[in-house]
Amino acid sequence: MSSSHAGRGLAVERYLRERLGSGRKALVTYMTGGLGTDWVRYVEAMADAGADVVEIGVPFSDPVMDGPTIQEASGAALAAGANPSNILDGIAGAPIGVPLVAMTYYNLVARAGHLRFARQLASAGARGAIVADIPLEESGDWEAQAAGSGVETILLAAPVSSDERLAEICGRSHGFVYGVNVMGVTGERAALSQSAGALAKRLKAITDLPVIMGFGVSTPDQAAEVASYSDGAVVASALMRMVLDGAGPAEVADAVSKFRRALDRG
Amino acid sequence: MKADIAMVDPGPTGRFGEYGGRYVPESLVPACAEVEAAFRGAWSDPVFRARLDSLLADYAGRPTPVTRAERLSNELGLDVLLKREDLTHTGSHKINNVLGQGLLTLAMGKTRMVAETGAGQHGVATATAAALFGLECVVYMGEVDTARQALNVFRMKLLGAEVVPVTSGSKTLKDAVNEAMRDWVATVADTHYCLGSVMGPHPYPWMVREFQSVVGNEAREQCRAILGGADPDVVVACVGGGSNAAGTFAGFVGTEARLVGVEAAGGSAIGRGIPGVLHGMRSYLLQDEWGQILEAESISAGLDYPGIGPEHSWLADNGRAQYRSASDDEVLDALQLLARTEGIIPALEPAHALAWLVRAARSGEVAAGSTVMMTLSGRGDKDAETVMGLLS
Ligand SMILES: Cc1ncc(COP(=O)(O)O)c(C=O)c1O
Repeated sequence: MSSSHAGRGLAVERYLRERLGSGRKALVTYMTGGLGTDWVRYVEAMADAGADVVEIGVPFSDPVMDGPTIQEASGAALAAGANPSNILDGIAGAPIGVPLVAMTYYNLVARAGHLRFARQLASAGARGAIVADIPLEESGDWEAQAAGSGVETILLAAPVSSDERLAEICGRSHGFVYGVNVMGVTGERAALSQSAGALAKRLKAITDLPVIMGFGVSTPDQAAEVASYSDGAVVASALMRMVLDGAGPAEVADAVSKFRRALDRG
Repeated sequence: MKADIAMVDPGPTGRFGEYGGRYVPESLVPACAEVEAAFRGAWSDPVFRARLDSLLADYAGRPTPVTRAERLSNELGLDVLLKREDLTHTGSHKINNVLGQGLLTLAMGKTRMVAETGAGQHGVATATAAALFGLECVVYMGEVDTARQALNVFRMKLLGAEVVPVTSGSKTLKDAVNEAMRDWVATVADTHYCLGSVMGPHPYPWMVREFQSVVGNEAREQCRAILGGADPDVVVACVGGGSNAAGTFAGFVGTEARLVGVEAAGGSAIGRGIPGVLHGMRSYLLQDEWGQILEAESISAGLDYPGIGPEHSWLADNGRAQYRSASDDEVLDALQLLARTEGIIPALEPAHALAWLVRAARSGEVAAGSTVMMTLSGRGDKDAETVMGLLS
C-alpha cells in the first residue's frame, strides 16, 4: 500500500484522478483531530491501510451536521484542549502518505479570517477543506482565499439540491464532490439511504470531478454498494465509534483494510 | 434621532447590514427557501392575514392592554407603561409567533413541527399551536432547562407534544437549537422548524420579527392614547434571541423613542461578544479566540443564549437601539418590586428589562419624569419554583 509519502503534498483532485484512472474506487476516512494524544497515529494507520484521502476533523463546539458519534469525538477532543492550531501542528510533520482534508464548521474559519485559515491549512500540508455548514451563497470568498493559498474547497451536494444547484456545486467544487447520502446528520446506520444512489447518479451525469459519497456508510458492503454508482465512499462515524470504544491504531487499520478490500472487489 | 433607520424586509439574502444571512448546510437550503417563499406569499395575502388576526384576537386574547404602573412609577420617579404580553393565552408573547408559523406549516402542507425551547414558553406555545392545528409536535429542551422549568415540560406533554431532553454541550437553549436543526435536516419533507426567536437563517429573523410586530404596533397606538398623542421617551424590552424586543422596536423605530434591549449579564452577546456565525446567522456571539461558542449563564432559561438576533446586532452598530445587561441579583429584586407595587409577577426574562430600568432611573441614565414603555413579555408562574429556591 502507500507506505511512500508521495501523495502528501499533492492536490487532492490530481491525486484522486491518478488513482481513479486505474479503475480504483476511492476510500476517504475521517479522524477527529486532537482526540487522544496519539490521534495522528490513527491518521497514519488509515493511510497505510488503504485510505486514499484522510479527513481531519477540526472540532467545533456546535456541530449541527454531526450525529452522536462525531459529537462525542468532537466534545472529547475539545475538552482535551484541541484547537485548529495544535491540530494542524500535529499533522504538519507527520509521515502520512496521502492528501489530507480539513473538515470543519464555518465559525472557526470566520474567526481566524478566510485567508489566515487557508494559509494555516496549506502550511500544515492540508490541501483540501470541507466547511460543513455553509452553502454556495455564503462561501464564495472563502473558496477564493482557499484556492489562492493552494487549498481545494470540497463542496457538499444534497439529495434535495435542485439540478441547477448541483451544476453550480460541481462547477465550483475542487478535489472532489462530496455527495451526502442521506437527508440527516453523520452517524452509523443499518442500511444505506435510498437517496444515495439517486444523488450519485445525478452527480455522475453532470460532472467529471470525482464523486465520493458519504454520511452513514457503516460497513464494507455499504461502501462497495455506494461506490458502485460513484467514485468512492467516505467512512467516518463507523471508524470513530471504534476509536471512542478504545480500539488502537492497528485495529482501526484492520477495519480500514476491510473497507479497502470491499472497494477493490467491487 | 436616526429617522433613516427602518426595520424592513431584508431582501432575498436576509441581510441586516453585515448581519443575518443564511449559513446552513446545503441540505437545508431548499427548506429555508421554501419557508421564505411561503412567508412572502402569506404575509401579502389578505386571507392569511385575516385568519391570523382573528386567531390573535379570539384565541390568543389580543390586543393585550397597556397598563400604567402608577405605584412603580412613583417608586422610580418615572411614568411607566407596561405592554401586557403576560396576559396572552399561554402567558407570553411567544404565542404571536407560533400562530403565524402554525398557519404557515399548514399552508406548506406539512404535518409536523419541531421547536427548541429554553424557558419552555416557546415550547408550550408551539405545543399549543400544534394542538390547535392538529399537527405533530416535538420540542427539544436542554436537560438543565427541563429540570428548572419542570412545570412547562408537563404543560407541553399535556398538550400532546413530545419533549426531548438534550444532553449535549451546555444542555441549554443553544444545544436545543442544534438538536432541532439535526431533526429538521432529516425530516424536512414533512416538518417545519418553528424557531422561537428572531434568530437562525433567513427568513426566520425577519419572519419572527414580523409576527411579533403586533406587540409594538399595538403598543404605539395604545401609548398615544394614554399619553395624549405623544410617544414614550424610552422603550425597553428584554433580549434573549430578541423576539419580543424586535416586535416592540418595530412599532417604535419610526418614533423619537430611545430603544433599549436588556440582555442577561451572563449571556450578553452585544456587551461581550464578537461577530461570528452560529445557527444559520451572522451576529454577535459569545465565543473564544478560536471561534468555539461559549456557554451563556443566567438564572433565566429564556435568556441563556450566547447569541442575539442579527437585526439587533445591526441596530446596535448603527446606534438606533442600545443594549444593556442586568445581573441575576438585580433581576430578583426587580421581580419582587413589580410584584409588590403592581400585583404583577413577571417572568424572569422581562424582569431583566425592569432591572435595568430601576438602575437607570436611580443613576439618572433615564431622566426623572421620563415616560417609559416596557414590554412585559411573560408572566412569572413558570419561574415561581426557581425564584422560591433563590429567595429562600
Ligand atoms: C417571557 C419571555 N420573555 C422573553 C424571552 C426571550 O425571548 P426573546 O428574546 O426572543 O423575546 C422568553 C424566552 O423564553 C420568554 O419566555
